[in-house]
Amino acid sequence: MKTKGFAKHYYLMLLPGFAWLAVFGIFPMFGIVLAFEHFSPVKGMFGSDWVGLENFRYMFSLNDTKSIFVNTIFIAIMKIIANLVVPLVFALLLNELRIVVMKKWVQTIVYLPHFLSWVILGGIVLDLFSLDGPANQILHVFGIDAINFFGKASLFPFLAVGTDVWKEFGFNMIIYLAALTGINPALYEAAGIDGASRMRRIWHVTLPGVRTTASLLAVLALGNVLNAGFDQIFNLYNPLVYSSGDIIDTWVYRTGLLNMQYELATAVGLLKSVVGFILIGISYFAAYKWTNYRIF
Amino acid sequence: MVRDTTIGSRAFDILIIVILIAVTITCVLPLWYTLAMSLSTKSAAAAGQVSLWPVGFNLNSYKQLLQDNQFFVSFWTSVKRVLLGAGLNLLIVPLMAYPLSKTIKDFRLRNVLMWVLIFTMLFNGGLIPLYLTVKQLHLFNSIWSLVLVGGAQTLVFNVILAMNFFRNLPRELDEAALVDGAGPWYILLKVYVPLAAPVLATVSLFSIVYHWNEFLYGLVFMTRQEFYPLQTYIQQVVVMLDPSTMSQDQLQRMSQLSNRTLNAAKIFIAMIPVLVVYPFLQRFFIHGITLGSVKE
Repeated sequence: MKTKGFAKHYYLMLLPGFAWLAVFGIFPMFGIVLAFEHFSPVKGMFGSDWVGLENFRYMFSLNDTKSIFVNTIFIAIMKIIANLVVPLVFALLLNELRIVVMKKWVQTIVYLPHFLSWVILGGIVLDLFSLDGPANQILHVFGIDAINFFGKASLFPFLAVGTDVWKEFGFNMIIYLAALTGINPALYEAAGIDGASRMRRIWHVTLPGVRTTASLLAVLALGNVLNAGFDQIFNLYNPLVYSSGDIIDTWVYRTGLLNMQYELATAVGLLKSVVGFILIGISYFAAYKWTNYRIF
Repeated sequence: MVRDTTIGSRAFDILIIVILIAVTITCVLPLWYTLAMSLSTKSAAAAGQVSLWPVGFNLNSYKQLLQDNQFFVSFWTSVKRVLLGAGLNLLIVPLMAYPLSKTIKDFRLRNVLMWVLIFTMLFNGGLIPLYLTVKQLHLFNSIWSLVLVGGAQTLVFNVILAMNFFRNLPRELDEAALVDGAGPWYILLKVYVPLAAPVLATVSLFSIVYHWNEFLYGLVFMTRQEFYPLQTYIQQVVVMLDPSTMSQDQLQRMSQLSNRTLNAAKIFIAMIPVLVVYPFLQRFFIHGITLGSVKE
């Protein structure tokens, strides 16, 4: 085939994109040297004095850092589990629904919150759960005193997980629905002829049909163990709930950009990036081994 | 599908319908509540009397919003950002996806470049190095910091999506064009791009929603409120009431009246663009996100 000499055109096509990524994706990566420096604004990112692991030593001596790692992992793992299970249950229910029009409508509506930002939804959620908001009005009907929902550290992680599931379950359900439509209808007919009840058909046909998809999603979710969701937490939390709700990313934002402790924030961010990268690597490798999943 | 008309099965059907309706309603109710709030009187809103219907229907909060100049300045900043961001994305994605969709036989460095891209997607230096990079480039308070930084972070995902789509196109198309003597640019623009309309629509919609919703970079890279994009502005005045960032004039208005209805109006207006593109999103994105999972 006459494709000789095409390669140089290919490079030309890739050039603008790679240049863009080089400046805003790759170059900032070298900024991680900050984590090993004592930053001075005059000397800049690459010229400041080298202090080795000093910043990391300081980081581990702080009580803050331990609690933000614990908070992050706790919230993230609860989110991972809930975001695997709830969409699956909902997809199974939707799959059992026999009214096609209603199925379409339900799908259309439940995807919506995914596309709204946490700024918008944060504003709405905080109002819903405020002291005189609808949530407390309902409690009032049952004679329960108003609860300051987002002022209670003991409740915050669960509210974060709950609202996140509310926002994302519709979107997360799509992959499951794709797997469910892929199940051969003949299997249901065969099970029906063999006298399997509806529940048994769900158990023996539907669930095995989504097993591969579910385990693939579970493995890939491993990469998110240190991602508790900056956008959401940042828009919902306040100083009252820092003890249970402050996560790595929000702490890095405050420490680095509000308190100007660049080195410390970079060190914590770097630790997160490295551990996260290793986790994603493991999860992709495992997904490739078990289900032959490839990113490209 | 097997028809099942036992009483148990019928009861199960009804149960499913009830659950699905209930869950679906919880997805729209908060949005409806916000609209009702924005149309109520301030006193009713402050007293927590608003639930599902506006109390004392009026448009005062929207009239008041019309006087908030910064809201419209920020709205316009967001519109510009979306147009530039989505436009650039639409230009660069096919240019990168096409060469990378070639096999290693046609384009020897393809896999190496692919791994570089994957690496930039999965690893980052964290917020502080990015902040200092943008500062060094003198892009603070420039809309390009929002367009380029955010765009770079979503670019690789979009390229992979488009690349997988290109790879699933029949190879005969390429061969026929080559026999006719077409060069790489001609094949890309006249063969691939027209066929890739669905995937290009998908990545454009993703890009539009991303740039509209993103708030953090506006907060980090803009040193003055007048440059904030809309989500950042709303985040600052609605979600995080920080008196130190408010002008005297805003503080006064704040103290004069409850801002609950005005905030609801702001949130509702900021939602509208997403609601407008939502029907299109619906059509493309389900197809779009399952595209990436199907490989030969």
